[in-house]
Amino acid sequence: MIGVGYEWEVLLEYQNFQNSHSYFNMITTDICIIGAGPVGLFAVFEAGLLKMRCHLIDALPIVGGQLAEIYPQKPIYDIPGAPGIIAEDLVKNLLIQIEEFKPGFTLGERVQSLEKQEDESYIVTTNEGTAVHCKVVVIAAGLGSFEPRKPAVERLEYFEGKGVHYMVKKPQQFRNQHVVLAGGGDSALDWTIFLADIASRVTLVHRGDTFRGAPDSAEKVFELAEKGKINLILQSQVSSLGGNGVLKEVSILGNDKSITTIPTDHFIPLFGLSPKLGPIADWKLGVEKSAVTVNTVDYSTNVERIYAIGDINTYPGKLKLILCGFHEAAIMMQSAFKYVYPDQKLSFKYTTVNGVNAF
Amino acid sequence: MINITIENNEGERQDLEVPVDMGFNLMEILKACEYDIMATCGGMGLCATCHIEVLAGADKLPECNDTELTTLDTLPDADMNSRLSCQIRPSLEMNGLVIRLKALQEA
Repeated sequence: MIGVGYEWEVLLEYQNFQNSHSYFNMITTDICIIGAGPVGLFAVFEAGLLKMRCHLIDALPIVGGQLAEIYPQKPIYDIPGAPGIIAEDLVKNLLIQIEEFKPGFTLGERVQSLEKQEDESYIVTTNEGTAVHCKVVVIAAGLGSFEPRKPAVERLEYFEGKGVHYMVKKPQQFRNQHVVLAGGGDSALDWTIFLADIASRVTLVHRGDTFRGAPDSAEKVFELAEKGKINLILQSQVSSLGGNGVLKEVSILGNDKSITTIPTDHFIPLFGLSPKLGPIADWKLGVEKSAVTVNTVDYSTNVERIYAIGDINTYPGKLKLILCGFHEAAIMMQSAFKYVYPDQKLSFKYTTVNGVNAF
Repeated sequence: MINITIENNEGERQDLEVPVDMGFNLMEILKACEYDIMATCGGMGLCATCHIEVLAGADKLPECNDTELTTLDTLPDADMNSRLSCQIRPSLEMNGLVIRLKALQEA
């Protein structure tokens, strides 16, 4: 067993390196993989065997996709040769398997646009301005990018970036500020507890009157409320936001129809993440029921140099299984070789004969 | 077979004949009948993309398990009648159930 945590440190190093070099503004690679779930990760291995370098982009701040975000602790029974493997262990193993091919990672950023260049290559750009220049684009985006669920609150989108936050990135920004959180899940409870020591006033608004999911955190939140360290408003939801240019107040609608308005600097609704196809839908690819149609010969889309593998694609007989995505990755990379090395002849080699010949 | 009524966002209702002896959960049946349900997690009760509102017959359903409660707790639009259809296995007592698909299935 390899020491837990090691591969994550390596990953962090990559990211820090990239961030510190973002001065150069452009990451250059052979293949840009959109989505760092199990299939995107394994695609790095298949590309590496053919001496093709990869850069992965994922909207989540962590690798592993659904396995990391939705079911990290669940056993998976249908991975060949790894019976009952725990989802997050599969992700760790995949990272170990691809480590020697030194993939690049851009995490916590969502792919925004795709621009074809004169030489047929592509530049993939994220919402944070990271640009990846590549010869081939592989969409391994699962069900799309995970984005925060937005509650139905009047003027919510207007105040985005002006006091509304869907995740806590820098807790210190809330020091000595008034903060209102909404939600009843783990993250709402955990951030309420954490921010109680930082913000000058923390209010948690929850639709129900119990927190059923996380008894320990719930107990702590009730305790903080009793001591007057936080303001806990149950059986209520935030209904509208007010302010002039920046957020100044939230209105809270009680289940008894009462409306209370309280002043605040920040509103943090924490209602989990849900997958969205996002900008991929605008790339003129064949799309059928939120999935990209592909040719099963090589899992290419209707646009040259763009492939789609894993849960994001569809074709007659498609099964949304990790193992099918692995297979698709292997076939797809053989096809992508001609774009990365147009002058070379591809010869198929077994890893048992040749090893992996890392970079 | 039992009868379950499904209401769409426009308030139109459609009756569905649902088998109780084939081992399907309600999410799988809705998906098989081409209702627009993502069912991201495939029935583990973790993603809430099969969120439904029970309009009639809630008392005929078994109580939520811990996983279902935890997931419902994270949703902005869940209420007392909210359930995850993947956690409901149709049985004869559920005949006449009326539900509305609640998860927003935008692309």
